Amino acid sequence: MIALPILLPLLFGALCLMAWQNPRWQKAFSLLGTAAQFGAAIWLLIRVQQNGIQHLQVGNWPAPFGIVLVVDLLSAIMVTVAAAVALVVAAYSQAAIDSPRVQYGYYPLFFFLLMGVNGAFITGDLFNLYVWFEVMLMSSFVMLALGGERPQIEGAIKYVILNLLSSTLFLSALGLLYNLAGTLNMADLALRLPGLETGNQITLIAMLFLVAFGIKSAIFPLFFWLPASYHTPPVTITALFSGLLTKVGVYALFRVFTLLFVQDTAYTHTILLIIAGFTMVTGVFGAAAQTDLRRLLSFHIISQIGYLLMGLGMFSQPALAASIYFMVHVILAKTSLFLVAGIVEKMEGSYNLKELGGIYSTRFGVALLFLLPALSLAGLPPLSGFFAKLALVVAGFDLHQYAIVAVGLGVSLMTLYSMTKIWNEAFWKEPKDPIRHAKHKPISSWLWASTAVLVFISLLAGLLAEPLLNLANQAAAQLADPSIYIQAVLGVAP
Amino acid sequence: MVFLLAITAGVLFAAAIYMILRRSLMKTLVGLLLLSYAINLLLFTSADLVPARPALVDADSLLPPAMYADPVPQAFILTAIVISFGLTAFAITLMRQVYNILGSDDLNEMRCTDVPCEEVEIASEEELLEEPL
Repeated sequence: MIALPILLPLLFGALCLMAWQNPRWQKAFSLLGTAAQFGAAIWLLIRVQQNGIQHLQVGNWPAPFGIVLVVDLLSAIMVTVAAAVALVVAAYSQAAIDSPRVQYGYYPLFFFLLMGVNGAFITGDLFNLYVWFEVMLMSSFVMLALGGERPQIEGAIKYVILNLLSSTLFLSALGLLYNLAGTLNMADLALRLPGLETGNQITLIAMLFLVAFGIKSAIFPLFFWLPASYHTPPVTITALFSGLLTKVGVYALFRVFTLLFVQDTAYTHTILLIIAGFTMVTGVFGAAAQTDLRRLLSFHIISQIGYLLMGLGMFSQPALAASIYFMVHVILAKTSLFLVAGIVEKMEGSYNLKELGGIYSTRFGVALLFLLPALSLAGLPPLSGFFAKLALVVAGFDLHQYAIVAVGLGVSLMTLYSMTKIWNEAFWKEPKDPIRHAKHKPISSWLWASTAVLVFISLLAGLLAEPLLNLANQAAAQLADPSIYIQAVLGVAP
Repeated sequence: MVFLLAITAGVLFAAAIYMILRRSLMKTLVGLLLLSYAINLLLFTSADLVPARPALVDADSLLPPAMYADPVPQAFILTAIVISFGLTAFAITLMRQVYNILGSDDLNEMRCTDVPCEEVEIASEEELLEEPL
């Protein structure tokens, strides 16, 4: 039953393929499929929370010989948030995706992308993780290039080449690790690696994994493909990518740097912390220079990745818990911002901040939908971003990591600057062309309703900070002690 | 033999990185192909190769004879080959599409993602004019 997050997208992806000629059926399947997936994810989360780590030995081959699917709390949380985003984006797609893209297979690709993402979240085997990454990448390549506009194709070239490079690096790291340990089952690796006399070899492999996953999660200095490609496809696809793809990379970093590579944390996790600082700063400064709404938000994706790495780099249970809560917050807030950007474009016909203006006076609702996730991203109470950053800062003070805390707070202020810039330019200032502004097009209720739901969920994540942080803390407790994971999968105590 | 394989993999890696750094898209693609070969060889070598000892089990025992080559990396390679086949096929179609739209396979001309497309087109036309006839 824990394979449902993989099987449901596969089933509905296949159904959409069968209904190739019939977009109306595909649209219905997309809503049904993502709703079913959301239900399954909630069920899984409750079950893991009550009964501890769940696992499934595929084909009944016992671990470590067969492939094993493992759902711990972190996986379950990620699957649930991903399913919520998928459901909202599916509803948004009903009106936002033009019919040529639907005819050329938007919905099947959407489901196969989800299958890859969920597979990466719940697999317990590193080689299997590679395969899920490829499933996800392949769908994302086609989704990015779908439509074939010139910027899209150019963005896709950059995205494809750098991601292929990252996959091959990942594969070579797998080869070296297998040579060292003789297994790629994560629990088995966690059991064996501490006993091996490997010297620096294991740190070398850890760094290869860092580069491979780092390209995928767009950390400094490997992020260049992201601002070059994410703004090119329709904003629905960008929203989906921003919510899911880079976060899978971060999830993989969390998995390997809490379970496997914890031999030399003074070296590896210090590097993570330094990278976290640079990622935050470069992302936010890159954003400050942009005037295109989508490019500005794309740079903010990078900056927020830095906060996620900050918790991992500090490597204590409260810090990990803060990062997990931050991940939930940033996925919800970021995706809502992109969806609002899509609504703005539909209304005013532009993403350029210089050409926008006056939305606040004519469309108060849209302005509110933007304001809530934007302030949340900047970290104002009582929104989720405030609690996420507060938890990170408190964890940093406990560990006396004052430098990174200072960087984090400074970047937070810069984020607020970026968000006020968008607010001033797009929402508050006088419209540049009042006549064109006055006759803006009506917005499909699919668009604003789905965005409003996501903003509401994001709001809930802030209002329910206490129970969510408790959940994140339980997830972090599982990460901080690898023996729980090993015990659950292999049934032996290390 | 492991030594020879390691050298070959190393040379392939070097050639691949050189090719990936070229400006022409086609050459970059060749680089990616070479890179996947290099990695397949690396995976193959990671099995601690033993010549002429297949991992077959004698009729009266449960384990293969000692010092056999590990077959698992070969399964990895098969998977990796299939995946890289699919990715390469996609990459070639994408590059064909790029050529159709841009009329060029020069990576330096793909700046539409950073500046508006109109500016890129004007710039490249100016370059054309400057070229001696």
